[in-house]
Amino acid sequence: MRIGGLDIDVDCLSAPLPVFHGRVTPEGWSAVASAMNDVGGRLLTLWGADRRRNGGGGYAICAAYAVSEGLLWVELPLAGPDATYPDLSPSFAFANRMQRAVADLVGLHAEGAADERPWLNHGAWPARFLPLQQDAFAGPRPLALPVGDYPFVRVEGDGVHEIPVGPVHAGIIEPGHFRFSIVGEKVLRLEERLGYVHKGIEQRFTHLPPLEAHRLAGRVSGDSTVAFAWAYCMALESAAGAEIPARAAWLRALMLERERVANHLGDLGALGNDAGLAFGLAQFSRLREDWLRESGEGFGHRLMMDCVVPGGTARNLDGFTADRMVAHCDAVEREVQTLRRIYEEHAGLQDRLIATGRVQPELAARLGLTGLAGRASGQAVDLRCDHLWPPYDALDARMATHRNGDVAARVTLRFEETLESLRLIRAICARLPGGAVHSQVVLPVTDACGAGWIEGWRGEVFVALELEVERDTVRIRRCHCHDPSWQNWPVLEHAVIGNIVPDFPLINKSFNLSYSGHDL
Amino acid sequence: MWKIVKQIARTGMRTEAPPESDDALRVEAEAIQRGIIDILGRALAIRQVDAGSCNGCELEIHALNNPYYNIEGLGIKFVASPRHADMLLVTGPVSRNMELALRRTWDAAPDPKLVVAVGDCGCTGGIFGESYASCGRVSNVIPVNVAVPGCPPPPIEILRGILTAVRRFESPQILKR
Repeated sequence: MRIGGLDIDVDCLSAPLPVFHGRVTPEGWSAVASAMNDVGGRLLTLWGADRRRNGGGGYAICAAYAVSEGLLWVELPLAGPDATYPDLSPSFAFANRMQRAVADLVGLHAEGAADERPWLNHGAWPARFLPLQQDAFAGPRPLALPVGDYPFVRVEGDGVHEIPVGPVHAGIIEPGHFRFSIVGEKVLRLEERLGYVHKGIEQRFTHLPPLEAHRLAGRVSGDSTVAFAWAYCMALESAAGAEIPARAAWLRALMLERERVANHLGDLGALGNDAGLAFGLAQFSRLREDWLRESGEGFGHRLMMDCVVPGGTARNLDGFTADRMVAHCDAVEREVQTLRRIYEEHAGLQDRLIATGRVQPELAARLGLTGLAGRASGQAVDLRCDHLWPPYDALDARMATHRNGDVAARVTLRFEETLESLRLIRAICARLPGGAVHSQVVLPVTDACGAGWIEGWRGEVFVALELEVERDTVRIRRCHCHDPSWQNWPVLEHAVIGNIVPDFPLINKSFNLSYSGHDL
Repeated sequence: MWKIVKQIARTGMRTEAPPESDDALRVEAEAIQRGIIDILGRALAIRQVDAGSCNGCELEIHALNNPYYNIEGLGIKFVASPRHADMLLVTGPVSRNMELALRRTWDAAPDPKLVVAVGDCGCTGGIFGESYASCGRVSNVIPVNVAVPGCPPPPIEILRGILTAVRRFESPQILKR
């Protein structure tokens, strides 16, 4: 088959979105990367797998690319843990951190990679303990060691000094470390160190039954619980060749759009607050609270955790609640329009937002900026619009994009996406198909793989799932979860260059990236 | 400016009564507030520490600051440094990578101090449990006074946990520690 201008032997997985899966040689691995780069494809994620048990073969390094035809999942089989694979960072710069994570978790190394500092292993467990090697699953827990220092890149010169921030931040935020090199108050360089909330999620998946692991996927990143649970369930249903009822797909989309609105409302308030407009926080946090309460009433959980389940959704939505949601959308839309006018006409606020933390479209394209932040820098990608899949094929979702790439653009984009999601929620409620919301998922009788790909509020969320059958029991051999924060964290380092330190919280918030979804 | 004033006036007061919308509890909450002031001579200062959570608990702790719960009106404030804090509000299974940072934060808070573990993960390790990367529950790493279950607990339950811990604060055993 021809994908991204490349002839490649692939299988088409059974999934709502077009997903192709194929094996490559080491030469093919690099050829796919450069071909994808040439046609404007995106590297979505990179992960390693150990398949030595149950005759699954040796090791494999896998990559997922997004191109206009769909998603291409390629894997390169590797004989042993010492075998290396060609470095992808020349084509896709952000691959570097993913490669370092693969080295920490599976022990596979990219050949010739310039930066091989450990990324997720902070020294709290021995470097030779590789949590995603299959003997680590059942073996004794490694010795607890003290965490070590990290060799940050030093900036030298007259008057340059460093500000270390974190991992415990001065707010109600997830932990991570930022090392600023500054002159006066101007940022010369920011280097991030993440991995603090690494809690072994991908190893934990292998301990859970496939039909229950959606709960873990829903806790990869609490603000994207619907997106991750849906992506996991899509991957499981894809591996099992299961279909879900039409109503279930529509309800999942309803929840996904509700999650998008909830996060955008929260961020719009926080961004106003970070620029000194506490009024914005008070107003938007009130709207968000009303919104979460309504989600709680409609689906039984304020954040809609565990509401997407394999085979469909956990709860149905009655007509009365759907009508109330529609009425509430009208009310929220009026309020958001009022607040948008206030934000746009507030000179003091706009002064802080415009030209702050700018990522030009050219830089965004080169660094692979994705999702919401990407769309604010001219990267017109939105899975809800780029492919035809239920129920978005019937909803005509409109993508918002801007080219300014500053905090103001990311604020405007949130306003526009909130209004579009309110429209989508009303359309879904009005046209919700009848029937069941759940169907039984029958697990496969042989080894199988599946993929889930969802446009979460932050960007593309992806789950790759491998199932294996061991003595009539279906187990998870490997489940890899990807959050778009992997792409966007490195771009934040660029976005703050030349800005002043006090603007960092505002710039950081405008990206609002996930720590937990990245650290896993 | 007048648009802001108009929006504020139209929004009105949205603050709700503290836990158990009962008036009895309102009195109780106010008694607690007096208790806080008697003991500390000022408001309760909380330092929140995410020691490995999925961010779900943080979202609900954030919600405590919205006008409905209005915790600052109860004399409770989130502060930026553990050195200013009377209480640590800790979430997550404690990741191995955060264990040292959590211990240091605890050491930095002045005595006597309170610790409230928030969420199923903070209480038991939750779905993540204990592993090569996770120390499990918060009390495996630092002493915990009150644990608030839920995944995540709704804001009202977190507030109840905070108030419960403050009431324990009045008991002489903790003051002696």
